[in-house]
Amino acid sequence: MNTILKPLGSMVNEDSTAVRNTGMADKSKIPVPKATPETQHFWDGTKAGVLRLQRCCECSQIYFPPRPFCPACVSRDVEVFDACGRAFLYSYVINQRPHPAFDGPYSIAVVELEEGPRMMTNIVGVEQTPQALKLDMPLVVTFEPLNEDISLPYFQPAEQPVEQSSKQHAGGGR
Amino acid sequence: MKPSSIAIVGAAETTELGRIPGMSQIQLHADAAINTMHDAGLKPSDIDGIATAGESPVAIAHYLGITPKWTDGTQVGGCSFMLHVRHAAAAINEGLCDTVLITHGESGRSGIGRGPWNTASASLQGQFESPYCSMGPPTTFTIPVLRYLKDTDTTLEQLASVAVVQREWAGLNPRASQRDPITVDDVLGDRMIAYPFTKTMCCLVTDGGGALILTNAQRAENFPNKPVYIVGTGESSETPMISQMQDMTTSKAFRVSGQQAFTEAGITHNEVDHVMIYDAFAHLPIYGLEDLGFCGRGEAGAFISERNTAPGGRLPLNTNGGGLSFMHSGMYGMYALQESVRQMRGTAPAQVPEAQISVCHGVGGMFGASGTVIVSNQKAGQRG
Ligand SMILES: [Zn+2]
Repeated sequence: MNTILKPLGSMVNEDSTAVRNTGMADKSKIPVPKATPETQHFWDGTKAGVLRLQRCCECSQIYFPPRPFCPACVSRDVEVFDACGRAFLYSYVINQRPHPAFDGPYSIAVVELEEGPRMMTNIVGVEQTPQALKLDMPLVVTFEPLNEDISLPYFQPAEQPVEQSSKQHAGGGR
Repeated sequence: MKPSSIAIVGAAETTELGRIPGMSQIQLHADAAINTMHDAGLKPSDIDGIATAGESPVAIAHYLGITPKWTDGTQVGGCSFMLHVRHAAAAINEGLCDTVLITHGESGRSGIGRGPWNTASASLQGQFESPYCSMGPPTTFTIPVLRYLKDTDTTLEQLASVAVVQREWAGLNPRASQRDPITVDDVLGDRMIAYPFTKTMCCLVTDGGGALILTNAQRAENFPNKPVYIVGTGESSETPMISQMQDMTTSKAFRVSGQQAFTEAGITHNEVDHVMIYDAFAHLPIYGLEDLGFCGRGEAGAFISERNTAPGGRLPLNTNGGGLSFMHSGMYGMYALQESVRQMRGTAPAQVPEAQISVCHGVGGMFGASGTVIVSNQKAGQRG
């Protein structure tokens, strides 16, 4: 599945079991995000293997998706920081209808990051069944390149010690 | 708005509903609009305000030969028409126009004369949701439900009972697309679309339309049909990205919109005779009953499965069969409004005896926006 795309850097290595277990068929069918000036730092982060969030310097609100001001107090004094990459499974469905990017049914999920914000993702590296996908299960981020500019953050079960997975998947750029 | 100052004096759906390959989307708007003008005994020259969603109000006004003094193209998804009712009522009260036509038409199934749905890849949804290959509402609008079920101890059987009960209502409606009775086992055993949602827990995809005409209540008695007074309205929005809902077990937009409408109407929940809650998927009536205040948190699943909303129950809900069994063109809110009007006129196929107050609640996008319209066949202060 990585035949047409060269992985960029060690954080997104082809040997990632997580990525293999997504059952992806034709990755070129994934709708590719287009960064804007306000979100560029996020996509630069995922390309480098880090998940970046933003924090308000005035009220400490941590938020996602990216924007150059705080959604709680509209302060423009905000900073970008690297999230720890840990999350838990908040809710999901398992899509049974065929999609060319996947070999079979796949989860479309919302995860809650340890820092608080939630994001949509696919849960990878695990059987795509209700039995295997337990709400509140601990997860860790992993990255997959779609092209030279964009790598998507996915989440996989955090079975391995967290230090190891953050080194493996979220170490770059720190 | 001032309760009972504005009335719905015209209401009709397209001549046909379901599969209408011989009509483009704009013609569905027109077919519904013409039926509605007939219903109200009006001509295009009598209309001086126009509101629509899905098409430009400019296009609809020109197509029908209407010269508007007021236009509203509010487009927030399937509840846009609830917002149009609210905005039109305010506009008429402000003297901006006298007689407003609100139209809906959608070639949802046949796709005739209809543009494609596209999410820009640089939009926030395009960047942070679309890449996860959600294939539209059945795999996106449905994401919150597992969290709701777990947090409230609601069962899949209770969720499935929403579809069962609405099919009973549809069985009483000759215009409903799906009328054969079903059981909870049928629903749970049907083809899985996006776990835990089977096909019967997802709305239909059909062609159709509907329209409404509103005017000042003082003129309303002079029209051919019984006036339906607008007694309370509300609207709100939360997020275009379902992943960014504040809490996936409750809709903030529902709560804000519903509370506004009830406050404006000055009624209690016990006074409500009939409810419509936009049901694109089986969980929506559950969220709606709780967020509008008809049920406590986590109680709506049992409330529905215990037949409180079924024919003969104490709170008749989605009496046309709903988006699950009646029809769903894509922006269903107009059909919910049509059924509330029929119930208040006393002309619904599954008429609730002596119903005086109907609450009609819509969702836009995927828990993105909300609109609530409370209507009555009695002016405020005259209800018995
Ligand atoms: Zn702040």
